[in-house]
Amino acid sequence: MAIDSRGVAAPRQGLLTRPSAKRGLISWLTTVDHKRIGILYFLAGFIFFVAGGVEALLMRIQLARPEQEIINPDLYNQLFTMHGTTMVFLAIMPLSAAFFNFLVPLMIGSRDVAFPRLNAFSFWTFLAGGILLNSSWFLGGAPDAGWFGYAPMTGVQYSPGTGIDFWAVGLQILGVASLVSALNFLVTIVNMRAPGMSLMRMPLFVWMALVVQFLIILAFPALTIALFQLFMDRTFLTHFFNPVAGGMPIMWQHLFWIFGHPEVYILILPAMGIISEVLPTFSRKPLFGYPVVVLSGIFIGFMGFAVWSHHMFTTGVGAAANTAFALTTMTIAIPTGVKIFNWLGTLWNGHIRLTTPMLFALGFIAMFTIGGISGVMHSVAPADAQQQDTYFVVAHLHYVLIGGSLFGLFSGFYYWFPKVTGKMLRESTGKWAFWLMFSGFNIAFFPMHLLGLTGMPRRIYTYGESLGWNLWNMMSTVGAFILAFGILVFFYNVVRDLRSGIRAGNDPWDARTLEWSIPSPPPAYNFAEIPYVEDRDPVWYKKHPELGHIEETDRGRTGDSEVRMAEQVNSYSQSHGIHLPGQSWYPFGVSIGLFVGGYAAIYHSLPMGLFGLLVVIGSIYAWAFEGVGGEHLDPSQGAHHAY
Amino acid sequence: MSILRRCCFGGVLVALGQWALAQPQSTFDTVGPVAEMQLDLFMLTFWLAIGVFVLVAGALGYAVWRFRARSQDARALPPQTHGNTILEVSWTIAPAILLIVIGIPTVRTIWQLEQRHFRDEEVIEVNATGHQWWWAFEYPDLGIVTANELHIPTGTRIHLNLRSEDVIHSFWVPRIAGKKDLIPNQDNSLWIKSNEVGNFYGQCAEFCQTAHAHMRFRVIARPPEEFDAWAERFGEVSSAPQQVSSNPLVSQGKELFKQKGCAGCHTVEGYSEGKVGPSLTDLGDRTTIGAGILPNTEENLAAWLRNPQALKPGNYMPTLWREDDPHANEEIEALVAYLHSLHSNGRMALQDELHDMHEETAWR
Repeated sequence: MAIDSRGVAAPRQGLLTRPSAKRGLISWLTTVDHKRIGILYFLAGFIFFVAGGVEALLMRIQLARPEQEIINPDLYNQLFTMHGTTMVFLAIMPLSAAFFNFLVPLMIGSRDVAFPRLNAFSFWTFLAGGILLNSSWFLGGAPDAGWFGYAPMTGVQYSPGTGIDFWAVGLQILGVASLVSALNFLVTIVNMRAPGMSLMRMPLFVWMALVVQFLIILAFPALTIALFQLFMDRTFLTHFFNPVAGGMPIMWQHLFWIFGHPEVYILILPAMGIISEVLPTFSRKPLFGYPVVVLSGIFIGFMGFAVWSHHMFTTGVGAAANTAFALTTMTIAIPTGVKIFNWLGTLWNGHIRLTTPMLFALGFIAMFTIGGISGVMHSVAPADAQQQDTYFVVAHLHYVLIGGSLFGLFSGFYYWFPKVTGKMLRESTGKWAFWLMFSGFNIAFFPMHLLGLTGMPRRIYTYGESLGWNLWNMMSTVGAFILAFGILVFFYNVVRDLRSGIRAGNDPWDARTLEWSIPSPPPAYNFAEIPYVEDRDPVWYKKHPELGHIEETDRGRTGDSEVRMAEQVNSYSQSHGIHLPGQSWYPFGVSIGLFVGGYAAIYHSLPMGLFGLLVVIGSIYAWAFEGVGGEHLDPSQGAHHAY
Repeated sequence: MSILRRCCFGGVLVALGQWALAQPQSTFDTVGPVAEMQLDLFMLTFWLAIGVFVLVAGALGYAVWRFRARSQDARALPPQTHGNTILEVSWTIAPAILLIVIGIPTVRTIWQLEQRHFRDEEVIEVNATGHQWWWAFEYPDLGIVTANELHIPTGTRIHLNLRSEDVIHSFWVPRIAGKKDLIPNQDNSLWIKSNEVGNFYGQCAEFCQTAHAHMRFRVIARPPEEFDAWAERFGEVSSAPQQVSSNPLVSQGKELFKQKGCAGCHTVEGYSEGKVGPSLTDLGDRTTIGAGILPNTEENLAAWLRNPQALKPGNYMPTLWREDDPHANEEIEALVAYLHSLHSNGRMALQDELHDMHEETAWR
């Protein structure tokens, strides 16, 4: 390998030359920068979020009045299936992943994730799965068996079209993306923290990210297996779930929910992490009871694997199982309550600034409390027999996922937008967006509690006008449109202020964690010097030396060897520049191969399948041998903004 | 002010409660012990929920108002509290105590509802089978097979064996009992009891594809004497088709029932044995058609026969006449006459009464 005068490896020539475009389409397709990948996740996540939202509005139009025939039942079934699948797998998960990507390395004082190319692969594979799934709309109809896809409804006998195949294969591809990404972030968080950042000094958002990666790694395999069995049943006529041949439809439910319940925490824990950063910043106080909040998050994640059958209280699993799962489910209310009380403790005695991110965080606490309480109601198995599969559950899950997850994500979006883009989002517009979303959300979803308790089942495309549900349904539809309008205002806020927003400095909010110590947007290498972390909230304590250290530690005592290593890295960077990994086509290539292979599996095409496999193997081979590459940047020559 | 607010809140709750009680599928307006036990648990959690929410939202609102940043705060920092062990331990224990309060009656009720052996008590067995998109109700001890209307005597425990012939369904009569799923290859059961006379709405609660929204049914609860009379007369109904009708329209309809293929899918005891669609043995005695979606009037039955897909999209009943078929009206009239002749004479009066009751709260 050629070494230039500064000791830098020159990129290899020939077929395996790494791309080096810094601007334009190719630079995005080949990027391995966690910040760019984070932005790609944001973009894709929001596009799918809009698609899922439009699906929801169409359903609300159909349900606004009784006995309407605007949308026929078959289309309605596709709409709610795709709405659920999209919001869970293509909106909230990737939006959380966007935050992980952009922020985790910055918050732990790292220059990238552990495996930058794998990170790119995760994104492109996620996008491939999302596009494949949504292409079903134009290729014979979208899946229509619900996001839960209960057997035997998903079998070829009852769903002969290709919709379910798109669902099974699409989710399988998305699962690959999630698993790879989870392993990547797990390794990153465990290994790439700046010296001095012990686990108990990690920002809470990073803690919750860590728990989520464990959940993904342990939960998704169950879904992988279930989807594979479903695929076998449909493609090779095996009988895992086919009751006619002695298969067990109920097995699907166990496999799906042992994935599906941890999935709920995969969706909510990132939002909890976000507001645990936002609340201290805008209260100008540390998080109240940090260790307990961390432990609560871990406990919630752990218990997430012990409650799946509460989705199955009415399936006849028996009194013993219902007792066990009712009690384990109730247990989860304890750490959840502890978190809420600790957030209140954080606010208490603070100097509370009601900025837009803070409003969303406070909205989170109030709305998530409602969703949490109705969750406890569901844990009461006999009462749940009246609530299961009714609009009461629809209300509950949207209080958790919109009032909880989405409000948390919006809070984070307003909070970190200045860091990501270097521009401030105008507060006045942001507050409009918040109050529209907040009121629209409650108008849309609160009445659903009443609908459920007065007997309205879920997933019905219409209802009789004498059943007493007319008023609340109309109200709910109106609320849904107000909520959608609030989201439009949010997009307007973003698009306008990307161009004309005032510049954000390094630290516009007077915040606490490492990402606020570097320019906005951060340079490609993130940190000109690898920081040394002496406290939780290191930036805060640097700004307020009078507060002293919260822990009895000093440079000499923690991580001597880490410190030496950081010093070595920093001195090397000063003389040689900071090494950044090279871009690569191959992660994108593997994803393309999976994308083609997905269609081959759906359409049972062997040649297409072999072609996809060839692309996958070829890309992995080339990936493995494309060499070191990369470049060295010298921070002293001015900031290098990557985008 | 606060009293006024409390009254307002109370007033809203009362108004909502009254509204909720009056709805035909209300889980609050219970008529049987199962729904009652479930409601008791719900109300327990409901009041605790209100308490917890008022506490949390109150504390949140107070904190935001009381500790809002003031201009003089700009430079000084608030006290940098990191936690408080006593507080944190107590707000870990407090929810645990609440959960014990909820947990004990929960577990007790779970076991009570799963009890299946009742000594010294007459229990009526019914096999309830879900189909896309209708319900079969079979009384094995009484030799009765009917569809979409479950007749039960008041004050008597009914033991339902829940089965499915195709995909998963869920049996739900909100005023009588919470739901239980019907799963292929699985023997589920549920007991129900109604202490009140009435027609109670039921609806499939597990998504089962196209016509899921229209998979409804009725539970018709009558005093035990009336139920016994109904069961006895069911035999008369099933023997009725064998009698030669004096009405030529009925005879024509009976012929058409075979000619048009109805008999291939529907059972009329003593005449046909189709199993694809619901049994029509006692159709003339039923209050509704199409699995609980339309009152069983001549006009509705004719409209249903003419174009079942228009009334219940996706159902498996074929359209039997082309739009321009010149014989359609006449043949439909004959079939309606025949189908409505499938009743026990003694029950025509009851049927009229049910119709009257039903018109007020018809699905369409």
